Amino acid sequence: MQSQTQAMKASRRWRSMLWSMLAIIVLAMALPSVGYLVADAAQVYGPERDFSEEMSSNPRSEMWRDARFGQGGMTTQTGPYVTNQMIANIGENWRQVRTGPMTTLGGWFLIGVLVLISLFFAFTGRSRIEEGRSGMTVVRWKGYERFLHWFTALSFVVLAITGLSLLFGRYVLIPVVGHSGFAGYAQAAMYVHNFLGPAFSVGVLLMIVLWAKHNIPNRTDVEWFKQGGGIVGGKHPSAGKMNGGEKVWFWGGVFTLGLIVIVSGFILDFPNWGFQTREIMAWSQSIHAIAAIIWIGFFFGHAYIGTLGTEGALEGMTRGRVDTNWAKQHHDLWYEDLIANGERPVPESELEGNKPAQPASQTGH
Amino acid sequence: MARMKFLCDAERCIECQACVTACKNEHEVPWGVNRRRVIVMNDGKPGEKAVSVACMHCTDAPCAAVCPVDCFYTTADGIVLHDKDLCIGCGYCFYACPFGAPQYPQQSAFGVRGKMDKCTFCAGGPEEVHSQAELTKYGTNRVEEGKLPLCAEMCSTKALLAGDGDIVADIYRKRIMTRGGRPQTWGWQAAYGQDA
Repeated sequence: MQSQTQAMKASRRWRSMLWSMLAIIVLAMALPSVGYLVADAAQVYGPERDFSEEMSSNPRSEMWRDARFGQGGMTTQTGPYVTNQMIANIGENWRQVRTGPMTTLGGWFLIGVLVLISLFFAFTGRSRIEEGRSGMTVVRWKGYERFLHWFTALSFVVLAITGLSLLFGRYVLIPVVGHSGFAGYAQAAMYVHNFLGPAFSVGVLLMIVLWAKHNIPNRTDVEWFKQGGGIVGGKHPSAGKMNGGEKVWFWGGVFTLGLIVIVSGFILDFPNWGFQTREIMAWSQSIHAIAAIIWIGFFFGHAYIGTLGTEGALEGMTRGRVDTNWAKQHHDLWYEDLIANGERPVPESELEGNKPAQPASQTGH
Repeated sequence: MARMKFLCDAERCIECQACVTACKNEHEVPWGVNRRRVIVMNDGKPGEKAVSVACMHCTDAPCAAVCPVDCFYTTADGIVLHDKDLCIGCGYCFYACPFGAPQYPQQSAFGVRGKMDKCTFCAGGPEEVHSQAELTKYGTNRVEEGKLPLCAEMCSTKALLAGDGDIVADIYRKRIMTRGGRPQTWGWQAAYGQDA
């Protein structure tokens, strides 16, 4: 009984404290405004354009101030690159970003990712197929999917090399190959980048459309992440066709970064569309380069896990078939589904590439 | 050594476009490429002002800073020039320049622009002086002949000044002193009153 009244007292104290705080805040804002009741607004602020030695605001100085902040005027000259702006301020800001953090942080980020992957490989080594190869294989990627993957992958690598050359070449390649040598390469690199980019975009968009169904997040992924994807502890958490990590690469890399890079890339690549002001171009270049650098860092991880990092993973994308023991270890739920749906594992020896050479008379005309 | 500078006196510029025409004619600049242009602020309103704008030959030039192939260089006279043999036409200098000075002959799909062209302060380029290559790529080299840029030389009201920055500044300062230094003792307020 006594404790109940004490609790009531305490809550009353809290309430009164809260209300007094609120009252103080409201009054602190409201009371000084009372001045407006006795003086009209003009007296409070003074005339709109008061001209004095201290506060010069004549139309001319305002015009120059506007010009300084990028206001356009009239010009009779015409041409695709003629602007009516006297001073555009975006350029200096963009220059600070491009020659500053974009190159320094971007460069160290990529080097850092490579170092981390090397260290990881040095300490943990390759993820082996624990039970050894069974010699039986199942289909993982169909022919058109593999073509799509390798077309996109190859163009990604070419675009990354040419793009990074344009950003870092001045610091890295000019000291090595000289100005004219680099300029010749950079000219080719720019055109390869500009012409291959749209084709690469088609590949990325097709991937998004065709593979989204494999990458829908589900409860299994939560468990997969809780167990760190099997990297720590040596256990192999369950996964469907795509595990949690692959889904992150799909949605974070291919989908998000991919779309950002594609949209900003098209804006940069087609100045003839005509809506691109210098502001839009500078922003697009910054977004394009930063998103691409993050994507390349992400790609290092994807490429490592798919080749050196995991035994038996690459063949799923090269010849389209994986060992059943690899499938059970890394994608158990997918494998079970596959078998349940009537897929019959085929021994290595019966695969086309491993068939004994056929007599010449049967192969060609 | 002198540091070459342009200065356009907005109180004198009458937007006659003679500087633009002189530049285009002197250097045979192709259509659509404008090394110099006149911008009129508040056009048609009382107090409109015109300024002739071209490459300002910045001491710390943003175009040179962002160029992926490092094709810009500053001469001993402080003139910012570029090497068209190195230029890859990426367009970066145009995005970086506050004055919109870099120009390109094309604006096509896949970022095809051609080689960048801009005001050379009538100082040619990295080719042999007065050679045909210099003429076709960069225009005439008047500075080599001891002459100043033609745009400024042609200016009928001497609004556009070009030359040694110290001398240009000196001329401009004398003008300001003759006019009376404070904006409120002449110009808009003096002519039309405080409330106009």
